[in-house]
Amino acid sequence: MIELQKKIRIGVYICHCGLNIGGVVNIDHLIEFVKTLPFVSVARQYKFFCSEVGQNMIAADIEDNLVNRVVVAACSPRMHEPTFRQVLISAGLNPYYFVQANIREHATWVHMYDPNGATRIAKDHLRMQIGKAAELKALYPQKVKVLPSSLVIGAGISGINSAIELATQGYQVYLVERDLTIGGHMAQLDKTFPTMDCSACILTPKMVEISRNPKVKILSYSEVEKIDGYVGNFQVTIRQKAHYVDQEKCTGCGACVQYCPVSVGNEFDLGMTSRKAIYIPFPQAVPAKYTIDIKHCINCGICARSDVCEPDAIKIDDEDKIIEINVGTIIVTTGYDVINPRYLHNYGYGKYENVIDGLQMERLLNSTGPTLGKPVRPSDSKAPHSIAWIQCVGSRDNRAGRHSYCSRVCCLYAIKQARQYKEKHPEADIYIFYIDIRAFGKGYEEFYESAARDYRIKFIRGRVSELAEDPDDKSIIIRGEDTLLGQLLEIQVDMVVLSVGLECRHDAEQLSALLTIQCSADGFFLEAHPKLRPVDSLTEGIFIGGAAQGPKDIPDAVAQAKAAAASAASLMAQKEIEVEPYFSFVQNGLCSGCRSCIEQCPFGAITFNTSINKAEINSIKCKGCGTCVSTCPSNAIIQNHFSKPQLMAIIKAVLGEV
Amino acid sequence: MANEVIDQPENHPDIDTAVDCVFEPFILGIFCNWCTYTGCDQAGTSRMQRPANLRVMRVMCSGRVEPAMVLKALKSGADGILIGACHIGDCHYVSGNHKTVRRIPLISKFIKQFGIDPNRIWLRHISASEGVELTEIVHEYVNILKKIGPNSFKKKK
Repeated sequence: MIELQKKIRIGVYICHCGLNIGGVVNIDHLIEFVKTLPFVSVARQYKFFCSEVGQNMIAADIEDNLVNRVVVAACSPRMHEPTFRQVLISAGLNPYYFVQANIREHATWVHMYDPNGATRIAKDHLRMQIGKAAELKALYPQKVKVLPSSLVIGAGISGINSAIELATQGYQVYLVERDLTIGGHMAQLDKTFPTMDCSACILTPKMVEISRNPKVKILSYSEVEKIDGYVGNFQVTIRQKAHYVDQEKCTGCGACVQYCPVSVGNEFDLGMTSRKAIYIPFPQAVPAKYTIDIKHCINCGICARSDVCEPDAIKIDDEDKIIEINVGTIIVTTGYDVINPRYLHNYGYGKYENVIDGLQMERLLNSTGPTLGKPVRPSDSKAPHSIAWIQCVGSRDNRAGRHSYCSRVCCLYAIKQARQYKEKHPEADIYIFYIDIRAFGKGYEEFYESAARDYRIKFIRGRVSELAEDPDDKSIIIRGEDTLLGQLLEIQVDMVVLSVGLECRHDAEQLSALLTIQCSADGFFLEAHPKLRPVDSLTEGIFIGGAAQGPKDIPDAVAQAKAAAASAASLMAQKEIEVEPYFSFVQNGLCSGCRSCIEQCPFGAITFNTSINKAEINSIKCKGCGTCVSTCPSNAIIQNHFSKPQLMAIIKAVLGEV
Repeated sequence: MANEVIDQPENHPDIDTAVDCVFEPFILGIFCNWCTYTGCDQAGTSRMQRPANLRVMRVMCSGRVEPAMVLKALKSGADGILIGACHIGDCHYVSGNHKTVRRIPLISKFIKQFGIDPNRIWLRHISASEGVELTEIVHEYVNILKKIGPNSFKKKK
C-alpha cells in the first residue's frame, strides 16, 4: 500500500464545458495525446466536470486508488480551483495535489476560429500542468485568527447600511468618512424614484441610528492613510483632520455662526448658497458639531470669545489626529463623483447661466435647498415656464473625456425631477431629450409611462447637438434632431438641466493602491467575479459595496452594501480561517546568511536570526509573492506550490529538455 | 493569420520538429496571478481573438520570475518570453513588480551579449481589466518575433 502511494499516478480530466471547449478542439484527440505523457494513469472526458456527476468521477478514481495527482483541463483556475480542491478533500487526498490547465479562457475562447491553433495551445497547457503535477507536494493551509471588527470606508447610504448590518450582528465597526458629515450624496437629494419617498425622511433616521449604535465608531473628517496586514488582521492608520473646534465640548448650538464675518460658497448646495467659515454642512448633519474651515478663516478670534462660544469649544491650535486601529475585514463604499459638465463644451455649462446640472436641480427642488424647494432660473430668479432635460451627458459617449458606459440613474432622476416640477407648475412645458429610456428596475417602467401619459412630459428621442443662449432673456435654444420623426429641431426653453452621469471617485486609483485592490477599465473598483463574487475584491478580506463598484441607484447600492456586510460577517463568524499555504520558507542548510532577501520583502516577514546566522520567514506575515525566492543566490528559499522544481518542470514539459 | 498553419491535430507539432514553412513563434507567457493572468482570463471571457502562440504559466507575482527560469526557457527553444506584471503602484504585493522592472532589463542586457535578440524577453504591465491591451500586445509580439525568426537554440538540439 505504501509502495502504491509513493508512485505518482496522474489523472487527467478534460472538460468539454458544453461546446465552449468541446466545440473547438477534438477532445478524443487530446485524450489520446495525454495518455502518452509520463505518469498519466487515467485520462477521462466529460461534458461538465464541475457538475456533481463530473466531481464524482474524479472522486471515484481517487478512492479506487487509480490516481493520486489530479489535473483538470477546463476553465480558469480562478473560477473552479476551489471546487476541485474540495473534491480531493472529500476523497481523502491532499487538495494541493491538484492543478488546473486553462484550456477555455486561454485557448478555445481566444482561438475560436482556429481549431488547430487552439488544439496546439490546449496540448501545451496540458503538458505544462501534467509536468507540474508530477512535482506537487502535499500542503497544509495555515490558520489565522480573524478579528471581529470591520472598517467601512465611506459613509454614504451604502456604508451606513454595511455598518448597521455588521453592528447588529455584534461586530465592532469603524465608519470612516472624508466629509464632515455622514450621509453622502443621498443627503443632497430631495425625493427618490420611483416611490417618491422623501430622501431625507428615509436617510436621516438611519444616520441618527448609526450615530447612537454603541458598536459603531464614526470617524468623520477622516481619511485612511495606510493599511498593513492581511485578511483577519489589518492594521489601519487613519488621519482625522483638525476641526479647530473641540468636538467634545461643542454642543452644536450654532451661536458662533452669526458672528463669523467670512462668507464662502456652500459645497453642500453646490455653491448656490453661502456659508460661514465656521459651519456645519447642513442642519441634519451627523455629527452635528461645528468646524472651522481654516482655509477661509481670517483668524479674527470673535468665535473664540467666551460670550460667543459659551462652552469654550473653539480650539484654534487644533491638530490632525492619527488613529490606529486593527480590523478583521474592510468594506469599501466610497461611492461616486458626478460628471462635471464644464468640460463638455457644446452644452455651455458654466457659460450660460440657465444651464444647470442634475444635482443642482435636485438641490433647487429640495425644501432645505437654496430656494426652499421652488426651482427658479439662476438668471432672474423667476420660475421657468419651460424646462428641458438632456440625457446621457457624459455617458454613453465614446468621445474623449466622456464615458462609454450607461450611468443607470439619469433616466429615472430626470423623469422624477420633471414630474416634481410638473406637480408644482402643471402649465409648464417639459421636454426630455433621450437616446433610450432605460427604466429597468422594479416599478420604473410604470413610473416612466405615467410621466408621459399623466404628466404630459414630452419625450424627444435624439441627442442634442448644441445649446445656445438667447441674449435678450437668457433663455436657451436647443438644437438637435428628433430621430423618430427624422427632423431637425430647434426649441427655446427657459432653463436646461443636464442629466449628468456618474463616474468613479477622482482618487479611486490612489485608494486602490493603498488597499492593493484593482480598478476596472472604467475606473470603478473591480469585483473578483462579475457574477459569482460581485462584492469581493481580489484581495481577501476586502469587500466592495455600493456605487464604488459601478453606477448604481439607491436600491442596488443598498443591496450590494448589505451583501458586502454579509460576506464580511461570514468571514468574521468563522473566527479562524484557512489561508493559502503559498508562503515561502528558508532551507536552513542552504542559507548562507547573505541577507539579500530581507530588504526584498515588502511585508517585513523575513528576519535574520543572529544566533544561527540564517534568515527566517514568518509564515503568517508572508503573503506568498515569491520575490525573495527569485533573489536568493543560494536557492535556499522555497515557495510552496510555486517552487523552482515545479516551475522548471512546467518549462521542461512544454519545451523539452536541452 | 494563424489559420494558415499546416498542422493537423494528428501530427502534433513538437516545437523542435515544427515545419518551418510558416514559422509560428512559441511564446511563453509568465503572468502574475492578480493582474495579467486575470486580464488574460478577461480577454478569454470577452472572446478577443489572438494568434495561437501564447502559452501561459501562472506565478503569484511577477517578482517570482527568476532569471534562471527565463534563461532556461530561452535555452530550451522558446522564441519569446512575455512577462506580465501589474502596473506600478497596483501590485497585489505592494512592490513585487518594482523588482521585476529592475531584474528583467538586466537579463535583456545579458542575453544581448550572447548574441540573442533582447526582444526575446518582453516585460509588459497589463492590469486585470486590460484584455484588449493583452490581445494587442500578443499580436504585436508575434509579428516582431516572426521578423526575428526562430530561436537558434531550437535547432542545435
